[in-house]
Amino acid sequence: MTDIPMTADATPLKGSLLVPDARTRRRNAAEARFKVYGIAAISLSLVVLAIMLFTIARDGRLSFTQAYLTFPVMLDPAVLDKDGNGDRAEMASVSTIGYGRLLDDALVAFLAQQGIAVAGVDADGIGDLLSKEGPGALRARVLADPALLGQTIDLTIYASGRIDGYLKGRVTMASAALDSNISPEQLQLADMLRDRGILTTGWNWGFFTSPDSSDQRPEAAGLGVAMIGSIYMMLLTALMSLPIGVAASIYLEEFAPKNRWTDLIEVNISNLAAVPSIVFGILGLAIFINFAGLPASSSLVGALVLTLMTLPTIIIATRASLRAVPPSIRDAAYGVGASKMQAVFHHVLPLAMPGILTGTILGLASALGETAPLLLIGMVAFVDNYPSAPLEGVLDPATALPVQVYSWASRADPAFIERSAGAIIVLLGFLLVMNIVAILLRRRFERRW
Amino acid sequence: MSVLFLLAVLAVLALTGFVLGRQRALALVNQDMRQLHSLPAYYGWHGVIMVAVPALLVLAVWLVAQPLLIQAQLQSFAPAEQAADASARTLFMDDVRRVAAGLDVAVAAGALSADQAQGLASGTVDVRAVLAGVGVALGDAVSPAVLAAAQDYRAKAAWGALGRTIVTLALALGGLAYALRITTKTFRARNRVEAAVLGLLILASLIAILTTVGIVLSMLSESIRFFSMYPVADFFFGLTWSPNFRGNSELGLLPLLWGTLYISLVSMIVAVPIGLFAAIYLAEYASRRVRAWVKPLIEVIAGIPTVVFGLFALVTVGPFLRDYFAQPLGLGDSGSSVMTAGIVIGILNIPFISSLADDIINAVPQSLRDGSYGLGATRSETIRQVVLPAALPGIMGAVLMAASRAIGETMIVTMGAGAAARLDLNPFQAMTTITVKIVSQLTGDTEFNSPETLVAFALGISLFVITLGLNVLALWIVRKYREQYE
Repeated sequence: MTDIPMTADATPLKGSLLVPDARTRRRNAAEARFKVYGIAAISLSLVVLAIMLFTIARDGRLSFTQAYLTFPVMLDPAVLDKDGNGDRAEMASVSTIGYGRLLDDALVAFLAQQGIAVAGVDADGIGDLLSKEGPGALRARVLADPALLGQTIDLTIYASGRIDGYLKGRVTMASAALDSNISPEQLQLADMLRDRGILTTGWNWGFFTSPDSSDQRPEAAGLGVAMIGSIYMMLLTALMSLPIGVAASIYLEEFAPKNRWTDLIEVNISNLAAVPSIVFGILGLAIFINFAGLPASSSLVGALVLTLMTLPTIIIATRASLRAVPPSIRDAAYGVGASKMQAVFHHVLPLAMPGILTGTILGLASALGETAPLLLIGMVAFVDNYPSAPLEGVLDPATALPVQVYSWASRADPAFIERSAGAIIVLLGFLLVMNIVAILLRRRFERRW
Repeated sequence: MSVLFLLAVLAVLALTGFVLGRQRALALVNQDMRQLHSLPAYYGWHGVIMVAVPALLVLAVWLVAQPLLIQAQLQSFAPAEQAADASARTLFMDDVRRVAAGLDVAVAAGALSADQAQGLASGTVDVRAVLAGVGVALGDAVSPAVLAAAQDYRAKAAWGALGRTIVTLALALGGLAYALRITTKTFRARNRVEAAVLGLLILASLIAILTTVGIVLSMLSESIRFFSMYPVADFFFGLTWSPNFRGNSELGLLPLLWGTLYISLVSMIVAVPIGLFAAIYLAEYASRRVRAWVKPLIEVIAGIPTVVFGLFALVTVGPFLRDYFAQPLGLGDSGSSVMTAGIVIGILNIPFISSLADDIINAVPQSLRDGSYGLGATRSETIRQVVLPAALPGIMGAVLMAASRAIGETMIVTMGAGAAARLDLNPFQAMTTITVKIVSQLTGDTEFNSPETLVAFALGISLFVITLGLNVLALWIVRKYREQYE
C-alpha cells in the first residue's frame, strides 16, 4: 500500500473554508434563484386561483339578494273579472297587460297618497320601476285564488333589473344618464322609496327555483330548470355509467385473456379519456339525435353523452381498486370451492366498492361541470318550462347548470353576468359536496392490505 | 301494448321464471339441495335469463328495424319530384310522421274514431283544421299524398306493434318453458348463468370500442357528405372562413387552425414553465407538510369546470389585458383575444402538467440524485443535469398531452377568444378556433344538409385526428425513450 506522498510544493488553498469563493457564491445564488422560481410558480397559480374565486364570489353573491317593492294593490273586480261571476275561464281572458296596468296604477296611486314624487318622473316612469315579471305572477296568483278579487292586498314584487342594479351598485347616476331604460330621476325616486321602506332588498329564493327568463327581465331569471336538468342527468349518468363501467372493468381486470383484442380495448379506453369533450357532443348529435331520433335538449341525451365521457374515468378508477384487492382474498375463495365468478362477485367486488364509488363520484363531478357537448345537443336552448317528473321528464327539454352559466354570460345585459357568477357558486357548491363525499368515503372505508 | 308496458310484463315474467326455476329444481330432488349440481338460486337465474334475454334482443332489433322498414315502403307515396331529392324526401317523411302522430292524438282525444282517422280523405275534410282542434299545429295544409302515407304509416305501425307484442311474449314464454324442461338435478345451471354473465361483461367492455367506432363513423359519414358539396382542397387549404347560410360560403380550415395553434402556443408558454417549476418545487424542495397542503390546492384548479374559466376570461382577464396592455400599446381594443384565451387555458393546464411531471420526477430513483450530490453538485444542478434529463421523455409526453387538451378546449375559447376567423400575428386580436366554429355551426336550429352545417363534422374529424395524433405521439415518446431503472 503506497501513500501518495504529500508534496511540499502543493499550493495551499487560497482563502478560508468559511468564506465562499466567487464560484461557490454564484452556484449558491443559482440554487436560491431556482428555489424562488418554484415558489413563484406555485404562488402565482394559487394567487390566480384566489383571484378567480374572489371575483366570482364578489359578483355572484349579489344574485342571491334582490330588490323588492311592497305596496297595497286593490284587485278591482271591474277590471279583472268584467262579468263578475268568478268564472276562471273568463278571468283568464284578462291578459298580463291588464294586470300590468293595474299594478302601475296601484303604485302611482300609492306614491301620490304617500306624497312621494320626483320632478321628471311621470306615471309611466313610476311603472318602469316594476319588474315586467310582476303582472304574470299576480295573474297566476289571482287565477289560483279568485277569492282575492275585490280585496286590497299588500303585494311584494321584484323591482326592475336596473333598480336592483342601483341598489347593488351596478347602476349609477352616471350610467343611468346614458341608459335609455332608466333615468337619474327614477333613481332619485328609488332612493326615496328605499328611505320609506317601500323598496327593500331581501333574500332571493326565486334565483334557485324560477326558470330562466327573457333578456328584458334579468331580475326574474333563476336556476330551477337548470338544477332539475343537472340532477336528472347526474342520476341517469350514474345509473348507466356505474354498472357498465364496473362490468367492463371486471372483465378487463379479472377475466380478459391477454391478446390483441383486449389490448385494442385497453388502448381505446385510454384514448377515449383524451378525446376532446366537444367530439362527444358531435357523437351525441349525430347518433342519439339525428340517427336514433331522441328529442334534442332532453336530459336523456345529455346523460347518454356524459355516460360515454365518464366511462373511461370510471373504468380506470375501478380497475385500480380491483387491482388493489390482494390475491390472497381470491385464493381463499377458491380454496372453499368458489368459482371464479363467485370469487369476484362475492368477495373482490365488495372489497373494492369504496374505491369504485369514490372514482365514480369524482367522474360524475367532472361530468357535472361539462358544458361543450351539451351545447351541441341543444341544451343551450331557452327553456322556461320545468321538465315533468321522471320517467317522461327525462325526454322533456331541459338545460344544465354549466350551460346556464354560459348562456347567461353571453347575454348583453350586465345583470346576467352577476346571475352567471351566482350560478357558478351553486355549481361549485354541488362539486364541493360531491368531492367531500368522495373524500369521506375514501377516509372511512379505505383499507391498507 | 306500449313498449313500457311490454317491458313491465317481461319483468313480471322474468320474476316468475326465477321462482318457477328454483322451485322446479328443488322439487326434482325433494327439497334436498345437496343433490343438485348448482345452488338453487342459479336455477332461478337461469329461468330469468331464458325469459328475458331472447325476448329483449328481439324487441330491440324490432324497435330499430320497424321504422326503417316502414319508411322504406312509404317512399312510394312520395310524389316523384320529391322522391328524387334526398332533402325533399326527408321533409316528406317528417310531414308524414307529424300527421300520423297528429291523427294518433286526435283518436286519443276522441275527436275522431279509429275508423274515421283511417277513412279521412283530404278532399272532403280539412285535416289541418281537425288536428288543430285537438291541439296539433301543422305548418301548412296536408297534401293527399302525405295523408295517404300517414294513414298507411299508422296501419303498418299498428300491425307492427301487435306483432312485436306477440313475438316478444311468445319468446319469453317459450324461454320459460325451455328453462323448466331442461332443468334436471345434474343440469349445470351455474355454468350457464356464469357464461351469460361473462357475455354481459364482455358486452360492457365493448362499449368503449363502439364509442370510438361511433365517433369515427358519425363524423366520417357526415364529412363525406360535406366533401361531396364542397371541394376537399378548398377546405384544407382555404385561407378564408366566411360561412354564409344563403350559399357561396368560403370554408377554409387554415384561419381556424392558425387561431387554434396560436392560442395553444400561448397557453403552453404559460403552463409549461409554471407547471414544471411547481412540480420541481413540490417534488424536490417542499417539506412534507407544505406538499400535503399545496398539492391538493393546485389540483383544485383542475376540478373547476372550464365554463368557470370561460367566465373568468370574459369578465376579468379580457378587460384587464385590454385596458392595461392592448390599448396602451395600441395593439387593439378587443377584450376577447388570443392572449386572453391562451393565458386562461394555460392556467387551466398548470395542474395537469404539474401533477404529471410531479409523478415522473418522483419516479427518478434516489440513487441518481445521491450520486450527483456525492460529486458535489447542488440541488438545482442535480435537478437540471440529472433529474430533468432522466425525466425528459415523461415530461415531453405530459407537455404533448397538455397541448392536445389546449387544442380541444372549447368553453374558454368560445367565451374568451372571439368569433372572427383571421390570419394575424397580433396576439391581442380576437381570433377563433376549430372548436368555437364547431359550436357556432351546430347550435341553433339547423338543417343537416347544407355545407355550412356539415362543415362542423369535417372540423370535428380534423380536431379528432390532431388530438389523437398528439396523444399517440406522447405515448410513443414515453414508451420509446423511457429509462428503465433496475
